[in-house]
Formats: sequence, structure tokens, C-alpha cells
Amino acid sequence: MKDFWKRFSQNRGAVVGLVILLLVVVLSIVAPFIYTKSPWAMVQRPFIPPFTMDAFVLGTDPMGRDLAAGLAHGARVSLLVGLVSTVVSLLIGIPIGAIAGYFGGWVDDLLMRFTEFFQSVPSFALAVVLVAIFQPSIYSIVISIAVVSWPPVARLLRGEVMSLRSREFVEAAVLSGQTHSTIIWRQILPNTLSPIIVLASMMVAAAILIESSLSFLGLGDRNIMSWGYIIGAGRTVIRQAWWVSFFPGLAILLTVLALNLVGEGLNDALNPRLARKGR
Amino acid sequence: MADTIDTNAVTSDETAAAVIHPGALKEEGRGEPVVHIDRLSIALPDGADRPYAVDRVSFKLFPGEMLCVVGESGSGKSMSANALMGLLPDTVRVAQGRILLGATDLITMPADALYAIRGRRVAMIFQEPMSALNPLMKVSAQIEEVFEAHGLLTPKERRQKALSLLTEVGLPDPPRAADSYPFQLSGGQRQRVMIAMALALEPEVLIADEPTTALDVTTQAQILKLIARLQKERNMAVMFITHDFGVVAEIADYVTVMQLGRIVEQGTAEEVLFSPQHPYTKKLIAAIPRPGEGLARVDAREPLLAVEKLSKIYRMGGGLFSKAREVHAVKDVSFTLGRGETLGIVGESGSGKSSVGRCLVRLQDPESGRVLLGGQDMAHLKGEELRAMRRRMQMIFQDPYSSLNPREKVGRIIASGPIAYGENEKKALARAAELMEMVGLDPKGTNRFPHEFSGGQRQRIGIARALALEPEIIIADEAVSALDVSIQAQVLELLGQLKKDLNLSVVFITHDLRVAAKICDRVMVMQKGEVVELGTGSEIFDTPRHPYTKSLIEAIPGRAKEALMTA
Repeated sequence: MKDFWKRFSQNRGAVVGLVILLLVVVLSIVAPFIYTKSPWAMVQRPFIPPFTMDAFVLGTDPMGRDLAAGLAHGARVSLLVGLVSTVVSLLIGIPIGAIAGYFGGWVDDLLMRFTEFFQSVPSFALAVVLVAIFQPSIYSIVISIAVVSWPPVARLLRGEVMSLRSREFVEAAVLSGQTHSTIIWRQILPNTLSPIIVLASMMVAAAILIESSLSFLGLGDRNIMSWGYIIGAGRTVIRQAWWVSFFPGLAILLTVLALNLVGEGLNDALNPRLARKGR
Repeated sequence: MADTIDTNAVTSDETAAAVIHPGALKEEGRGEPVVHIDRLSIALPDGADRPYAVDRVSFKLFPGEMLCVVGESGSGKSMSANALMGLLPDTVRVAQGRILLGATDLITMPADALYAIRGRRVAMIFQEPMSALNPLMKVSAQIEEVFEAHGLLTPKERRQKALSLLTEVGLPDPPRAADSYPFQLSGGQRQRVMIAMALALEPEVLIADEPTTALDVTTQAQILKLIARLQKERNMAVMFITHDFGVVAEIADYVTVMQLGRIVEQGTAEEVLFSPQHPYTKKLIAAIPRPGEGLARVDAREPLLAVEKLSKIYRMGGGLFSKAREVHAVKDVSFTLGRGETLGIVGESGSGKSSVGRCLVRLQDPESGRVLLGGQDMAHLKGEELRAMRRRMQMIFQDPYSSLNPREKVGRIIASGPIAYGENEKKALARAAELMEMVGLDPKGTNRFPHEFSGGQRQRIGIARALALEPEIIIADEAVSALDVSIQAQVLELLGQLKKDLNLSVVFITHDLRVAAKICDRVMVMQKGEVVELGTGSEIFDTPRHPYTKSLIEAIPGRAKEALMTA
């Protein structure tokens, strides 16, 4: 663990990313305490530019709502949607990939054709359709993001499992009478942990982007303030009030960038042989 | 590299003073030294197991002479060669000393100037020719590239030179070899191509880093002869790095023995081989496996395991319009194994010896034939019945690094078999600690992960895992091939002891005839999937009948001198 932090902190970008990410997390936790009012409440006259009134640092939107409050509350939604949908898609992708890679043959064929079926539809279009069918709500958004983003997990897992399957320690486990499920759980999956962690960190970033895009298109949950929704609401007035779209956009950019940097750093720290020369 | 040193291999001889035989110092009649390495020290990064990878090492290379640098893994022998080529990894640095090539010091030389020397005055051949050659380039193009890199000759001349080099290194049908890709050649042929590349610019010094370790014994003999011939013809100085004293006995003029980065003994081949002084050298020479020690007692009672007409065919490729390519890996192999007997299966790579072992335990399904274990046919069992039979036959694997799950603690690795068969977890873990002690490891080690152990120790863990299920038969597939000689000897000794204590039957699969003859009651020689000879260890070794067995025995390096070495 100590080694892990040492290697992780050698990647400067990853540390910056981690700091940004922690700030966003802290922001989402303290939001309800700083901005006790609902972010939907109209608190001042509309179109107050940023940095002009101390009470509303980032100004107000066309409806007179506090932009800073919207951003803070939106952070929680974005992170939550990103995390939960990633967990759900791992729960779909990992078993499918592991079973396909371990058993091979017709099981592999069947599961991979199923996976390709999802991959052959553009993922964002599929997400839009799914949300439209299920009615926009936070649950339908999480589910549809998960449904469109599990295929890469299954593919990655399948490859990893296939290469581990032929390793001698797995053969030894077969000889010592362990059942297939024990071998997958105890011998194979622990060894696929590092690529999964790296992929998951990137997937959270992608999920945040999909959620923002859906909200931007008006397919977000009507009761929840999210970054994508604020940008969508501000797009018609972008020439009079640039800040309405700019600040949530910046928040998305920084969060996604931070997650990608952390993912890179994790990759370096978990696979030290790929990251550094020598040895 | 350094973590493969078995702690018990480092004993009191570390403290013994280095031995320099008079022959090493005599310089008259040897000409001017081409290379003079003078008190070279290479520092390892902080936190390594020792401060210097190479510690105050000095030796000279003379034209027309073969210097063998011998040592086990982690002894710093490859590091000294890499320093000479300017190929040190970034993590280490030269702390002191000089490497003189003629009159120039290579260490103080700028990196660009080294390009002109590498390949031209000093050339190197590597252990693994497959990874040293570019898989996507034809052989001739790779040789021509050597000239191109140094801006020599016209394209046409380069091609001609490449062909003449390929002829010189004894490749059959040089024009065809020139137009082949590396994967189309055999291991020995690839190594010949590497040698041709190294010789292209007529270097004064050739460094050969374990060039025959990855090769079969008959191919190894040919390559050794080739290197020795080229060296004499071209009057090159050769630095030959090896861990095998047999190879040393075969080709060396001078010998330098290294241990833990220091030179412990230096002298002419005669001096070091026939009157070794340093305890470490003595130990290495004593660790060379010798035949005839196995007991030739064949159990006349009912055999424990009977294999009848076992066959295995591999099918490759094949689609709608093409027929699959079939390879007969195992062809009608039959043998029996008595209780308490050790049967050696010997053969070169591709002989099907490993396939036999894997078919026995059903890691692969045999095409046809029967494997009778206590009256039941293992070859046709399925599901739960197979699982129940499996615990009677366990396997020890070749690679101590990939055969243990890196994410499981050692105790759990050993105990997982019994747990899978329904043993109480606590009891199984307690038993694992006992087994650790039995194979000569600290029982407290059960709480550690495999990467904290050295290669030899890991192989002991592999043995403990196999024993945990209390099998009647152990199949050891090249179980000691990846280990250094002295550790190899220790592991073989442990296996022999356990076998006697537990009355185990062992199938010992190896490419090394010496190892087989040393520990096996009977030896079975395989070639191209078929059994060519089966007999007691001494029968096979002293009076081989089949020509293939004879050629295998003749190819063992240093056989002629070995008898003298032990005397």
C-alpha cells in the first residue's frame, strides 16, 4: 500500500486530479449546509453577472436562481450518477466477461454476440431512447447509462480472464479439485482487479458526461438540479449571460479531467512495469 | 534478478577470500588484451539487497581466447557484460573502475561515440533469439541492417555479405533462410542468425550471454561447436556467460566464477575445473547432477498406474475450406509406474513429454488410450468422479513465478486443495504450516505473499501444495529447470527425501538427461511423440541402444572432462 502511494504520487497529474476530485466531493457534501435553500428558488433579479454581488458570487440565471447554489447541488447529482451507474455496469460486465473468458467455446460465442449487439448501437443514441421510454428520472438515467457502458467491461474482463486461465496457478487450482466458481472468485478475479479499477475511474468520467448530455437535451430528472441541466437552460441566453453555461461547463470539464488523470495515475501505480523503464 | 537468490545458498563461503590461480595472471604469449575491465563497480539503487551489483571486478579478454564467466542468477555476470556494451539499465550506475577497449575507456565515452563501437568492435548474442530478432523482418534484412546502420557497403554487397555470413554459421540452404522470417526457423537456426548478425562487422570482442540456455541439448552442442570454431578462425576474444559448468568444461580457455557481484575464483579452465579452491566453486561443481545414483529397483508388484496406448493430437487452423493441421504430440505411449517408483520422461522440446504429463492429470483430454489408476480409467472420467480421482495425482509445475497466485497468501495457496475437498478451513491452514516445515520453510511464512519468496523457496511451496492433498503420484513437469544449479540440487534432494518418507510415486518430466539419470529408477526417452527407449537410469545412460538416446548423451556438454572433475 505504501509502495502504491509512492508510485501514485510520482505522477504529478494524478495528484492534481485527485485534489480536484476531492474538492468536488467535499463541495457535494457541504452543499446542503452552505446553500440551505433549494437551488430552484428564485432569490434575486435575473442576469446578475458573476463577481458583482458578494451574496451571489457566480451571479444568477435567467430565472433569478443562484448559480453557485445550482453548481454545488449539481455536483452531488453528477458524482452520484457517475458512481452508481459505473457500479451497475461493472455488475453486468464483470460476470459476463468472466464467464465468457473462463468457459470459452459456445458460451463465449453466445455472450460475446450478446455484447456486440449492444456495441453495434451508438451508445448515446441508445441511452436517449432508453430514458425516453422509461420516463426521465434519476433511476432511469442511471440504468440507461449502465446499460450502454458495460460492453467494454465485459470485453476487458474476457481478455484478462482468458490469459489468466492458462497460467499455471489456475491449472494447479483445477488439479487441487477447486470448483469453477471458486477458481473464478479466488484465483482469477483478484488478479484482474487493477485493470478494472483503472477502467472504472474512466467510466465514472464518461458517465458524468452522458448524464450532462442527457440533461442538456432536456431528458434529465425534472426535480434534480444538475450541471447538464444548467447548461441546457442557459444555452438560449448564451450571448447575454455567458456565465450561466460557462461555470457548469467548467465544472464538468475539471471533474472529467480529474477522473481521467486519476485513472492514468492508478494505471501507473498498479502496473509499475509498464510505467517505468528498467528492472 | 536479485530476488532469485535463495537465502540458504548464501552460506559461510561468502566470507572466503577470492582465489586467483597463477594461470589467470600469466600474460606472456597471449598478446595484447583487447578488453581490460579494471576494478569495475556498479551501484544498485537504494533499498536493493546489496549496495553493488558488480563489486570491484577485474578481468582481461585476449584475442583468440574464450573466457567463461560463471555464476548463478543475481551474481552480476550479465551486468558486467551489459556495462561493456553500454547497455546498463537506468536504475544502476557505474560507481568506479574502467572498461578499456584497446586504449579507450568506454565509461567516460559519450553515448554517441558508443554507437560506432557497439556492433562494430564489440558484438553481443543473447539468450533468447526469438525476442532478440525482429519478428516482422526477414532474416537477410536484419543482417543487412547492421551494415546499413554503420553506413557500409552498397545494398547489393550487403545482400551478398548476408548470404556468405549465413553460410559461415552453417545454416542449411542459406538463400532460403535469408528470405525467412524468424518464426519460420527453429530455435537453433535463430541463434545461428543472431551469431551471423554479431559477426557481420568482424568484431574483436564477442559477448555471449547464456546463448545456449534456451536450446535443446543436441542443438546446444552444435552452437557451442560453432562459436568455438568461429572464435578460432577469426581470432576473436569471447566472453561467454553461463551458469552451466558442463558448458564451461566444453569450451572455456579461462574461467571467472562470480558470486553476489564479486569474483571468487579466476584461472585457466584446467585450474578451476580440476582443482577448485573456493568453497562456492566447489559447491557449484558438486551440484552438477551426475547419473547412476538412482536406484534401479523396479517394483514387480501390481503397478499403481498403467498407461496404455495414450495418444494426443493437436489440431490447428482449419475452416470451411481448409483442412485443420494435425500434430501428433503423443503417439501410442504405454508405460507403468510402480508404487514408490520414480519414472523419468526425457525428451527435447516438442517431444510430447509435457503433453503426456498433462494428459495423465487431465489438464488436457487424450485422444485415445487409457490411464488406469487403481483399476479406474482416468482418461474417461467426467465431472465429480474426475474431481474425486484427481487428488490422487498431483503436479509440480515448471515456473515458480507463474504457478503461485500472486494475490493469495502462501498458507491459503497450500490449503486451498483440502478446503476444496471439504476440509475445515482452520485445520487445513494448520496443516499448511506443517507442510511448510516439511519442505524446509519457516511455518510463519504462511501469512506472506508469494512475491516475498525466492525462486527455490517458491518451488518448495509448489511441492507443499502438491503434497497437501496426500496424493499417491506426483508429476513434476520440468520442476527444477528454472532454478540455479545449487538450488536445483537442494530441491531434488528434498523431492527424493519426501518420496522416500511418504512412499510416493513420481513421474519426473525433464529435458536434462543428467537430472533424470540421477534421481530416476527408470527413464523413458521420447522423440516426436513416441517412446524410443525405456530402461533403468544406468541402462539408458551407460548402454543406450537407440541412436537418438546416444545422440542426446553425446551432446551433454563437458561430458569428457566431467569424470576428471569429480575424481
